Amino acid sequence: MMALAFDVVLAALLILAALAAVAGRGLFRAVIFFIVYGVLVALAWARLGAVDVALAEAAIGAGLTGVLLLAAHGRLRREGLEADPGAGGQGFAAIGGAGVALALGWAWFALPEPATATRAALDSALPDAGVGNPVTAVLLNFRSFDTLLESIVLLAALVALWMLARDGAWGERLGLPQHARPGGVLASFGRVLPPLGLLFGAFLVWSGADDNGGAFQGGTVLAASLLLAMMAGLYLPPRIGERLWQSALVLGPVVFIACGLVGALVWGGFLVLPPAYAKGVILAIETGLTISIAATLALLVIGPPEQAHNSGGAA
Amino acid sequence: MNEWLHFVGIVLLISLAGALWRVWRGPSAADRMMAAQLIGTSGVGLMLVVAALGNWAVLLAALTLAVLAGLSVVGFVKARSSDGAGDPEEAAPPPLGSLRE
Amino acid sequence: MARAIPKKPRRPLSAACGNSAGMAWGDIASIGFTAVGLVFFVAGTVGLIRFPDVFSRLHALTKADNLGLGFLALGLAFQAPGWTEIAMLAMVWALALVAAGTAAQMVARAALAEGDKDERP
Repeated sequence: MMALAFDVVLAALLILAALAAVAGRGLFRAVIFFIVYGVLVALAWARLGAVDVALAEAAIGAGLTGVLLLAAHGRLRREGLEADPGAGGQGFAAIGGAGVALALGWAWFALPEPATATRAALDSALPDAGVGNPVTAVLLNFRSFDTLLESIVLLAALVALWMLARDGAWGERLGLPQHARPGGVLASFGRVLPPLGLLFGAFLVWSGADDNGGAFQGGTVLAASLLLAMMAGLYLPPRIGERLWQSALVLGPVVFIACGLVGALVWGGFLVLPPAYAKGVILAIETGLTISIAATLALLVIGPPEQAHNSGGAA
Repeated sequence: MNEWLHFVGIVLLISLAGALWRVWRGPSAADRMMAAQLIGTSGVGLMLVVAALGNWAVLLAALTLAVLAGLSVVGFVKARSSDGAGDPEEAAPPPLGSLRE
Repeated sequence: MARAIPKKPRRPLSAACGNSAGMAWGDIASIGFTAVGLVFFVAGTVGLIRFPDVFSRLHALTKADNLGLGFLALGLAFQAPGWTEIAMLAMVWALALVAAGTAAQMVARAALAEGDKDERP
């Protein structure tokens, strides 16, 4: 009885926050409701027992996306573009959103019932996966091709973002010139939290092999730690051409593709993992992916180089 | 015990709903941000309750929320500073008498 | 789903050590502490809704809520199956305290610098 009431209240608040994010006026309010919505969705996943998804949602939805949107809103505000889109724009957005929802709903019902991806099939295949966490087994063994493409998509997004840089700013450090009062609250926070975040992020990756966690969740926490150190002015963001950072960005996809090619040459198929080597290979891919995800997400939030000495950029 | 924990969760959710009202109402951006911070704290509390209801692995999600709790506030104050990359402590604040209310 | 910690029998003491009403002492402690925590959470939200200006609202919720979270974590610790969970509960609270202290300070400064402008459209 109480359990049902809890679920009903949670679901009601979830819908309320979602409606408030899209229906209200004022961009800032929408941004805040979106962050709140991330917290509530993470709770809903936790309640459903999907701890890995709850971890990802807590890190991405309530953490990194919030910073990204707040920074975007701050920029619109500084440039005087904060105005609401107006009734026409909102109507257009509503039609577009409804269209996407309908298309997704249609795709959901039109797809055939998946025959192989049942829990029983997964359980019987799990001993050969090399890892004990079924989510990790699916992401990095049974369906690793999808994960490989996803890691490349993330990199492509960063490259696309960099294309927005002005010519004069190309060789400069990424993002705005971050600064904070030395010894102030922000600078102290930037010293206290990143070491803890680093530890926790690494733990999430390690724990992801057999328990809850994973490269994506751990990478996001690492990205957040990195970002905090950068935003507190303690660690300067890199330039686009820096070798170390370039290597970090491509490490995950490179390790992934290399393992796939070894599979193609030795074990009889691209991305094939024989059970005896699966655990080691998966851990290698996960480590590479974590580093790449952390670097990519942090640099996505920091943005293209804007520290041009001439026009535009930092005002 | 589970009945009581569910009750605790419901009260936390209702308290969270009050913060949702404050996000909606504002009026200042700082109000909305702080209400979001309160929702984050309540969210951590709710994660703890969900963990105590039997799935203790959820504590990891609570830790993630707690580690990242300060991040959006840092993003907020940075975006509000004059060049979008500063710290509210750097500029001398205006004299108290000039404030509204 | 795989668990972080293999599940031990929960509250092994609860069967042996109960009071006359048949309730385990651990459960009583849990209920007591979480109830106190709830009072602080509700007080924080009432402050957030009722207080007149942004600085007093800040004051209300960053203090009350984190005290509430502390009591909640303390109460739930009596239900924890092992020391790992208790340590994690303590860590969650410590991290939340650090974040809340920083957040309150910085948001107050930002609001002060902006003169608490009304954002209503």
